[in-house]
Amino acid sequence: MEFFIGHYNYWVVIILMMVGLYTVISRGNLVKKIIGLNIFQVSVFFLYISLGTVEGGAAPIIAEGVKVYSNPLPHVLILTAIVVGVATTALALALVVRIKETYGTIEEDEIHNLDHSL
Amino acid sequence: MGNHISLLLVIVPLIAAPLVAVLPRGRLPWAASFFVSVVCAVFAGIQLWSVLQGGVISYELGGWAPPWGIEYRIDAVNAFVALIVAVIAALTLPYALHSVEREIPEEKIPTFYSALLLCLTGLLGITQTGDIFNVFVFLEISSLSSYALISLGKSRQAFTSSYQYLIMGTIGATFYLIGVGLLYSQTGTLNMQDMANILPSVLHLNTVETGFTFIMVGIALKLALFPLHLWLPNAYTYAPSVVTVFLAATATKVAVYVMLRILFTVFPQTFTIATPADELFIVAGMAGVIIASVYAIYQKNIKRLLAYSSVAQIGYMVLGIGFATATGLMATLIHLFNHALMKGALFMAIGAIIYRIDSCRLDQIHGLGRAMPWTFGAIVLGGLSLIGVPGTAGFISKWYLVTAALEQSAWLPVAVILIGSLLAVVYMGKLIEALYFKPVTDNRKVVTEAPLMLLMPTWCLVLANIYFGLDTDLTVGVAEQAAAILGGMKP
Amino acid sequence: MKPNLILHVIAKFIIPLILLFALYVQFHGDFGPGGGFQAGVIFSAAIILYSLVFGLENAEKIIPHHWLRILASLGVVIYAGVGIESLFLGGNYLDYTFLGSNQIAGQHLGILLVELGVGITVASAMLILFFAFAGRGRE
Repeated sequence: MEFFIGHYNYWVVIILMMVGLYTVISRGNLVKKIIGLNIFQVSVFFLYISLGTVEGGAAPIIAEGVKVYSNPLPHVLILTAIVVGVATTALALALVVRIKETYGTIEEDEIHNLDHSL
Repeated sequence: MGNHISLLLVIVPLIAAPLVAVLPRGRLPWAASFFVSVVCAVFAGIQLWSVLQGGVISYELGGWAPPWGIEYRIDAVNAFVALIVAVIAALTLPYALHSVEREIPEEKIPTFYSALLLCLTGLLGITQTGDIFNVFVFLEISSLSSYALISLGKSRQAFTSSYQYLIMGTIGATFYLIGVGLLYSQTGTLNMQDMANILPSVLHLNTVETGFTFIMVGIALKLALFPLHLWLPNAYTYAPSVVTVFLAATATKVAVYVMLRILFTVFPQTFTIATPADELFIVAGMAGVIIASVYAIYQKNIKRLLAYSSVAQIGYMVLGIGFATATGLMATLIHLFNHALMKGALFMAIGAIIYRIDSCRLDQIHGLGRAMPWTFGAIVLGGLSLIGVPGTAGFISKWYLVTAALEQSAWLPVAVILIGSLLAVVYMGKLIEALYFKPVTDNRKVVTEAPLMLLMPTWCLVLANIYFGLDTDLTVGVAEQAAAILGGMKP
Repeated sequence: MKPNLILHVIAKFIIPLILLFALYVQFHGDFGPGGGFQAGVIFSAAIILYSLVFGLENAEKIIPHHWLRILASLGVVIYAGVGIESLFLGGNYLDYTFLGSNQIAGQHLGILLVELGVGITVASAMLILFFAFAGRGRE
């Protein structure tokens, strides 16, 4: 039991990761794929942030009376990764908009049929 | 100034990219990008020279000493890869002028060059940095800009193939990120050199092995290692010609470099050899060489044909990594350089054909070789180099690869390399047959030779293919030094 | 679109506060939690709220599209320019120590300028994204 509760952050990460990855692979709708990709990325953000946590630690700002600080480095790294994630999502959505405009659909199998029926 | 060069190599295109985006339409964005790429090529040349003379260059960003700050750490390996990227960029840009004006809508041209420079920034950044997380950031800079560049292709499939690449590429990059996180949790550092010092004491942990696996799968997706190559043929086929030239000659090469770094600098040799990674690389490399070459034979689109051939060539490079010997790594590095030369030349020549007839289907190019003799010549010589005929650069890389395989008495890889070359004869032969020996299609308008601005960079690369097939001092010399740095201790 | 009185009044009241908060996050970033990324997003959120309530045309009148493009580039140039400036002053890239009279002053000035560049770029990039998507259907 300790194994499950003591590492609950990792279980959350693993579940989110699998949900995200499964959505990317199994869904034919291009927007749903992006949603899956986002869940997948967010699970990694959780992984990093929970790595940086120190039990009982305060935010890493020097203040009086605070002795234990959380590790700020994973947070900084994940700030960068979040920005990358935002950029990826925006670009992916822009592509979906253009795909919808040219194909008239955002279902993967229909796009495939349109490209190969010529 | 001297020690700032390794930094300026990344910063100059980074500053230029947003400036180019706001320049007025016309030829100014092109001129600025061309200037920047030449500056980068010169810097990369100076950097390689000073590394070969004086050893490792270390540059601390922001004055924070490593391992706390980000360090740019340049030895013969990255200086060599950076030179390849920068030189290819400097040759691609003169080629881009006419090709881009033909293929990209006018209002998008400044943004196009801006994205191209960002892609260059990302690729050069990956080669320069000595920080494992920084690699991820630069990887995403180059990937995001290449998704945008690919989607600018003319046909509607450009959007879907760019989307496909985006999904696969992001999964790959996120896998890499997971791996880095797991390694960081056990070593507490992100500096490659520092991590290499700490890792031996924590190697027995499952976390480290898991992190290693995540990183390897992530990079294998990025470098389109068979069977994770599915994004590559579409992306290369539907991208604008210039983008195909640039990405085919640089992007996968940089991913191979990252893989070499992680396998041989960050992780100790003993670990890499103890894992099944090297055997897996040999198997995936051999499968890639054979299967992708067979696929290439059946393609009806010449860009897609060459794209599958690229997957096969990546197989050769990964074979060299799999041997994990000094000769094997040398072969990988030499092929990295030579493949950039030959695929650059071939895709440039195909781009010239597209410039003239606006199609890259095999049944539309019949007899074109007679109308475009110089383009045809470039394809023939590039193809010979791809096959590995003695006297061309391709021969040198295959020679070292076969030597590395023979050293290990690995007969199957030797056979695969030879069969792969024979298959290359078949698919290049198909291309040349269509270009020269098939009768001209009747309903085609008269085609003339491609403009000089397209031919000159193409022939620069073609002549380089021949030069580096005869004079191997630079390639083999540098690769030898680089392989010595990476190690490759396996007897 | 029928103008909604409650929305208009609340938006007019709240938008200046959001902008102010963005500036607080921006310039307090060197002493407390905050910085250019967050501030840029908050700043753009205010303008996005404005355009949701008062319509895209009015929002584009406040910040024309080509201005956003220039601003987005300007931010990157400020960031990289600070780095280059420290090169000229004899330090390594982004080594703020050399920007001021002493190390603390230099670090302070450097991080303020860099975060300003980040803030400008993030705010205008978010707005470019919003306008690009929102304006798509109209053409």
